[in-house]
Amino acid sequence: MDPMLILTQGLNGLQLGVMLFLMAAGLTLVFGVMNLINLAHGSLYMIGAYIAATLQQKTGSFLLAVLMAVPVTMLVGMAVEMLALRKLYERDHLDQVLATYGLILFFNELVRMAWGPQAYFMALPQALAHNVRLLSGLSYPAYRLAIIGAGLGVGGFLYVLIHHTRLGMLIRAGAGNRDMVNALGVNIRFLYTAVFGLGAALAGLAGMMAGPILSVEVGMGEPVLILAFVVIVIGGIGSIQGAFFAAVLVGIADTFGRVLLPPGLASMGIYVLMAVVLWRRPQGLFPAPHGAG
Amino acid sequence: MKKVVKGFWLLMASLALIAPAVCHAEEAIKIGYIATMSGPGASLGTDILDGFKLGIRHCGDKLGGMPVDLVVGDDQLKPDVGVQVATRLLEKDKVDIVTGIVFSNVMMAVAKPITDQGLFLISANAGPSPLAGEQCNPNFFAVSWQNDQTHEAMGKYLQDKGVKRLYLMAPDYQAGKDALVGFKRAFKGEIVAEVFTKVGQPDYAAELAQLRAAKPDAVFVFYPGGMGVNFIKQYAQAGLKEEIPLYTTAFMLDQSSLAAMGDACLGIMNASFWSPDLDTPANREFVADFKAAYNRLPSLFAAQGYDAALLMDSAIRAVGGNLKDQEKFRAALRKADFQSVRGKFKFNNNHFPIQDFYIRQVVKNEEGVLTNKIVATAFTDHADAYHEQCPMKW
Repeated sequence: MDPMLILTQGLNGLQLGVMLFLMAAGLTLVFGVMNLINLAHGSLYMIGAYIAATLQQKTGSFLLAVLMAVPVTMLVGMAVEMLALRKLYERDHLDQVLATYGLILFFNELVRMAWGPQAYFMALPQALAHNVRLLSGLSYPAYRLAIIGAGLGVGGFLYVLIHHTRLGMLIRAGAGNRDMVNALGVNIRFLYTAVFGLGAALAGLAGMMAGPILSVEVGMGEPVLILAFVVIVIGGIGSIQGAFFAAVLVGIADTFGRVLLPPGLASMGIYVLMAVVLWRRPQGLFPAPHGAG
Repeated sequence: MKKVVKGFWLLMASLALIAPAVCHAEEAIKIGYIATMSGPGASLGTDILDGFKLGIRHCGDKLGGMPVDLVVGDDQLKPDVGVQVATRLLEKDKVDIVTGIVFSNVMMAVAKPITDQGLFLISANAGPSPLAGEQCNPNFFAVSWQNDQTHEAMGKYLQDKGVKRLYLMAPDYQAGKDALVGFKRAFKGEIVAEVFTKVGQPDYAAELAQLRAAKPDAVFVFYPGGMGVNFIKQYAQAGLKEEIPLYTTAFMLDQSSLAAMGDACLGIMNASFWSPDLDTPANREFVADFKAAYNRLPSLFAAQGYDAALLMDSAIRAVGGNLKDQEKFRAALRKADFQSVRGKFKFNNNHFPIQDFYIRQVVKNEEGVLTNKIVATAFTDHADAYHEQCPMKW
């Protein structure tokens, strides 16, 4: 492989990685803080994409789609938490898996009823529809560069939020010792809804950013969800930092695996990586020391 | 009071006696439609059903002069669910004939249980090679095509065009492998690489970077459904469309996918047995009425559903609605005495069509809607590659 091709594939891996990070961050927070396995996280990704695609088609403005899709998805997520998931925190993981799997089916059929069975179109924003020349012999789509930028930005924002704000402190405390936080008089119900809303907003952002490069269709969240679970297991459950590094690792490993290995082995690659991590470090690569970190 | 109650019961009893006689006079033909109607593969199933219903309407809301009772079953793209649905339609609903079936893996699971019961199965889409060859079945008919044929047509076109170095890509499953086998049956040039990707893979950035580095003369791919939308969008976004011409088959660029791709699909060539602009009287009527009924242009899948209804209509009419006489009904189906949207239509010895294949190009019509237009003919009267292995002769 010539060096420019290796660089291009490295960027592809990084871009896949930051997309996975946006999904995994919400998943790992919800798991870490509420001890809830949420399979319906992929549905929020799908809803973000559909809302953004619809807004873009109706208004013609990508920016407006971005500004609206994320808060709307967040509200959908918070409603789901308050109506359905709140009842599941005390139940065991199998009940949660069953209930949230049911939610996947519910959202898939809901979207089919509202938007129809055909895939939906979302265009690239005009300003980002070209290729950027990074080095001589290396040009890369501007939109994918923007995804990398947005992903890194969100990573930085989450780092500040978790480590330097009161909400972040509560999230860390909630992950470490939920009962104590409750006993100290913190409104844990509100905290849970807020954390779930944050996770939903990140999933919606990921779906919205995926809209222009992927087909916006029913069930689009499921393949991403599986990879996101691999990421949080490798990174250490409850750890945002872990989710970030694991997402980039999985993104790059998956990209180079697909290119260098035969197809059967390539699709196994990241699962082998996960198995090795579980064997050597069952707590993940960057476990949250005392709560989310 | 007692008398009134007694009279009431008598009345009910006599009504119950009359009821079957009334039903008998209005006897309907019961059609089982099995297809993938939910999940990501659902748009094909709904398209075929829309075409099928339009076909019934064009036959006067009847098939073969008989009222139609349509029972729809969802196989969820799972062969085992398909078998369950088929069993339910056969035993509980007691259907007279079965049609639909989008995916070949489902077809391979349901074909035997249905035909073993002495029922006829008319495939409106899936045409797997075993059913065209050694396992061909006297009660199975495909009104669509054999899976390999459309890919062979594109192979033939690129061979005739004199393309030298070709790059092939498909998802890593049976239909993907069959597509490339069919393509290579007709294309004899150099294959630079044959890349198989995971089924359902959403992003192709890594594979497209490799493709660009290999610098082939052209690319042939088979990515149906959502995979195809992703692939075409990303191929155009990477700037490859202007660099390396992309060829495919109609399964990737059918009418229901084009809108989701936007201008990314404009100008791409694809092979098909049918096109909305195909100039036959039956097709002009079908396209206009489909547009009026559903407010969109039909896809090739809808055309197949429409032809399935017309084929059934012709055969049911020929036997006067008596589907129990299998010999007669089979003979009537074999005649294919109906106005197909493709113009001429006839069955081969294996009950698969012998038909023409065209090369289409994605264009914008007068209303600015993306659609396909025929630019060349790849094959005339093309028979599939498996019919000689089928022991059936007639």
